[in-house]
Amino acid sequence: MSDLRRSFLDFFVSLKLTIALLALSIVLVFWATLAQVRLGIWGVQEEFFRTFFVLGRLPGTDIPVPIFPGGYFLGGLLLLNLLAAHAQRFRFTWRKSGILLTHAGLILLLVGELLAGLLQKDFQMRLDEGQTKDYSESFRSDELVIVDASNPEWDDVVAIPEALLARQKELQHPRLPFRVVPKAYYPNANLSMKDAAKPAGPSAAPALASRDIGERVEVTPLPITYRDNERNLPSAFVELIGPEGSLGTWLVSTMMVQPQSFDYAGKTWRLQMRFAREHKPFALTLLDFSHDRYPGTDIPKNFSSRVRIQAEDGSEDREVLIYMNNPLRYQGLTFYQAGFDNNDRTTVFQVVRNPSWVLPYVACTLMTLGLLIQFGIHLVAFVRRRAAGAAPKGAAASA
Amino acid sequence: MKRFLPLLALTLAVAYVATPFFRSKPRSEFDLEGFGKLPVLVNGRLKPMDTVARTSLLMFQGRQPIRTPAGERLHPTAWLLDVLFRADVADRYQHFEVVHPDVLALLQLRAEDGDGKKRFSYSQLAPKLAELDRQAQLAAQIEAQVRNPFQKAVVDLREHLVLYNRLKQSLIPPDSKDVLADYQAWVQGIPAGVAAVRARENKQPFDEAAANAILATGQKFEFMANMGYLLTVAPPASATDPNAWKPVGAVLLEAIQTQQLHPTAMAYAGLAVSWRMGQPEQFNTIVKLYRATLEPRYAERMVKSDFETRFNTAAPFYHATVLYLIVFLLAVFSWLLFPQELGRSSLYLMGLAWVLTTAGIATRMWLEGRPPVTNLYSSALFVGWGTVGLCVVLEVLYRNALGSAAGGVVGFCTLIIAHYLSLSGDTLEMMRAVLDSNFWLATHVVIVTIGYSATYLAGFLGLIYVFRGVFTRSLDARTADALNRMVYGIICFATLFSFAGTVLGGIWADQSWGRFWGWDPKENGALIIVLWNALILHARWGGLVRARGLMALAIFGNIVTSWSWFGTNMLGIGLHSYGFMDAAFYALLAFALTQVAAIGLANLPDRFWRSRATLAAAR
Repeated sequence: MSDLRRSFLDFFVSLKLTIALLALSIVLVFWATLAQVRLGIWGVQEEFFRTFFVLGRLPGTDIPVPIFPGGYFLGGLLLLNLLAAHAQRFRFTWRKSGILLTHAGLILLLVGELLAGLLQKDFQMRLDEGQTKDYSESFRSDELVIVDASNPEWDDVVAIPEALLARQKELQHPRLPFRVVPKAYYPNANLSMKDAAKPAGPSAAPALASRDIGERVEVTPLPITYRDNERNLPSAFVELIGPEGSLGTWLVSTMMVQPQSFDYAGKTWRLQMRFAREHKPFALTLLDFSHDRYPGTDIPKNFSSRVRIQAEDGSEDREVLIYMNNPLRYQGLTFYQAGFDNNDRTTVFQVVRNPSWVLPYVACTLMTLGLLIQFGIHLVAFVRRRAAGAAPKGAAASA
Repeated sequence: MKRFLPLLALTLAVAYVATPFFRSKPRSEFDLEGFGKLPVLVNGRLKPMDTVARTSLLMFQGRQPIRTPAGERLHPTAWLLDVLFRADVADRYQHFEVVHPDVLALLQLRAEDGDGKKRFSYSQLAPKLAELDRQAQLAAQIEAQVRNPFQKAVVDLREHLVLYNRLKQSLIPPDSKDVLADYQAWVQGIPAGVAAVRARENKQPFDEAAANAILATGQKFEFMANMGYLLTVAPPASATDPNAWKPVGAVLLEAIQTQQLHPTAMAYAGLAVSWRMGQPEQFNTIVKLYRATLEPRYAERMVKSDFETRFNTAAPFYHATVLYLIVFLLAVFSWLLFPQELGRSSLYLMGLAWVLTTAGIATRMWLEGRPPVTNLYSSALFVGWGTVGLCVVLEVLYRNALGSAAGGVVGFCTLIIAHYLSLSGDTLEMMRAVLDSNFWLATHVVIVTIGYSATYLAGFLGLIYVFRGVFTRSLDARTADALNRMVYGIICFATLFSFAGTVLGGIWADQSWGRFWGWDPKENGALIIVLWNALILHARWGGLVRARGLMALAIFGNIVTSWSWFGTNMLGIGLHSYGFMDAAFYALLAFALTQVAAIGLANLPDRFWRSRATLAAAR
């Protein structure tokens, strides 16, 4: 029994394991780099790093099988290996302080990357010159909103995340006088106008809509895309069912820019699928966007956006300039100049919330310090040895 | 006698490096140097004509030397003057390199028709320009990354021809027989021409000849304004943007409003006439006078462009390439013969070459106002510089020519790589907005590049160990021990720098894009280097590898670093199509294979090592 325990422990503290894990990590990172050509940067993160196993498919089938350890697996084992080795062999000496610091930093770095993967949220904010927004939009997730628009002063919005639609379960919300029943959901689909003269395309989804524009539109499901410059545009058929029975089935899609409206229970309602929004307690207005180029070239010299921040509670009202390498940090969010559009009249910000941003800084400081101490010790030892060795060698040469 | 060998070698090398300054004055009555120093704005940077001439020649034909059809050697500036002012003569210079057999077939040319069997003149290409244009447009529809070698060659050649034609449209209308007379006619015809065109628009009787003349000439100048490659006309002193330089064509058109010719246009017309007529005195006077008009406003910039001209002439990187080769040979021979004298000679020469590249890099930094590494070209210079710097330290410490050998070979290779990278145009480029941060360029990029240098150095020392051990009897126990220590020390150094550099990159990314780590190919490449170095260190600390294993691992570091440095860049362009194979990709692959072969040698059983006896003597 104790033999088994010992060999188990030996396995986890062994330097061989460290080396194997480092080698496997190198293979994983290299493979993921190549896979990026096919999967894009987000796809790679999900399929290679934020997973326990890299999955392959059995030849000729869709059955997933683990074919290689993923980022969580290798990172987790490396962490275990590190902790176990130090727990067993830990004896503080000054000679070891560099290694200790480096490894402490590494632990923090691994934990920080895990937290960033779990907590970091990315959004995008597009602003035309003169436009004001108090929300940013998700890169990858979408929502179905049902708006009670009967009050001219404000809208009463119920937002249903895409994930709930995907589950295709009936939904009942206290603020809605009807139930929402997702009938079909396509994570990425193209819309086209139906042509009465021609039959539906071979890959078209069954037409379920009975209300509004959905009756005239054909839905063609597309494979999910992972490309960096494309996004999935989901479509869904949703039936609304009131106490008296069905109101009808609508087609909703992020490809439709305009909401569809209808009247029910004496109120006007609007229905729309859109990019998921995150509302902020403040609004940004784009005052001016400028894009300088070097004379006689198309090489961009600078992009900058002059924006006005106004807090909802009136506590803040000021202008700021956001440009390359100089983001705006405000209320736990960071706004980066990510792009532009529309003949330089629209700015695109990337909006990031990353509560664990400070961890990598601390981790890296510890590690760099640790390496400096460790290799400094080596260097001093080397110089001393040389100084000690120089005398006899010189003597030998003269002899 | 032998004792003086190192000093003699150093003296000869210094003389060699200094030669360009003794024969720098081109043998011509024309002040080519003065013209070469005139500043022009191209690609967003104010640079001397001399640089324009040299980079254009490099792009067109992959080298700077150029001869007239009569076999007379031309200074690059003289070549440029002919392109600018005597287009009909320049059209017969064979300066377009065409090597792809299918492109030659397309142009109905035989290799034998070309200078050096590969360089052709504009006149030779001219009959088939329409077909070339058609093929280039077909190729242009295909994504640049996926083009096959023929399509690439066609597109490149067309770009060179476009650039050549734009150069011709830069300073004077190339088909004008008498520029000054044409300009005079243009200015004098403006009042009548403008009146005639107005009258025609108002449907009143008008002078048809005057209207047609102003329209025809105006069109010609407009073409110059749009096509002219060189922005030579400085903005007026009152302009808010001192960089708003214009092409000559634009100011010729402005004469319609001002009714007079801009002095810059006149100056270049005068230069054109005197160059064509062979009147050096007049030419030299105009150069001097024109320069004097720019001097007060652009004094500081002109100091730079004058220096850049001298820097071009000195060609420090070219001379350093030659020196590094000699360093390597001297170091290798020192293991067989006169170890002290040859070893010291190679150290001296390596020091000289290193000082030379240091000066070259420092000059580039000063010209650009930037940290040393701003693009792939400068990274090649800097990797070489960093490695050789470390080699100098090793050599001073150990005096066994190992540092010199590694420094010679790495310095030589990186400069050759840099030369190939310089063929795509001016290497002093303007920074894109995303990268425009001197602080991060100076910290992250420099440190990570030193990390590359050190990893390569460890790898090349490993190669020396293996080659000397397997193929010669010269690897004795002491040398082997020294190499073992050197490689270990260098890997520690490499780990520190590649780690710190990668981390700084993460911080830059966090500061600029809001994420510390994005798993982007370049980041991954840097991470792999760090992981690999960490693996080597742990393997050694754990006693899992001994000297030979350490060398094999260090050699594999060469592959890892090359992947990170170049491979990741090719990925962005290349691997979208699996059929993609580019010359550079082949080169990378071939390099990786040689390294794998070396690792194989490292793992050969003892009996295949010729140095087994000398090595065993120590045990």
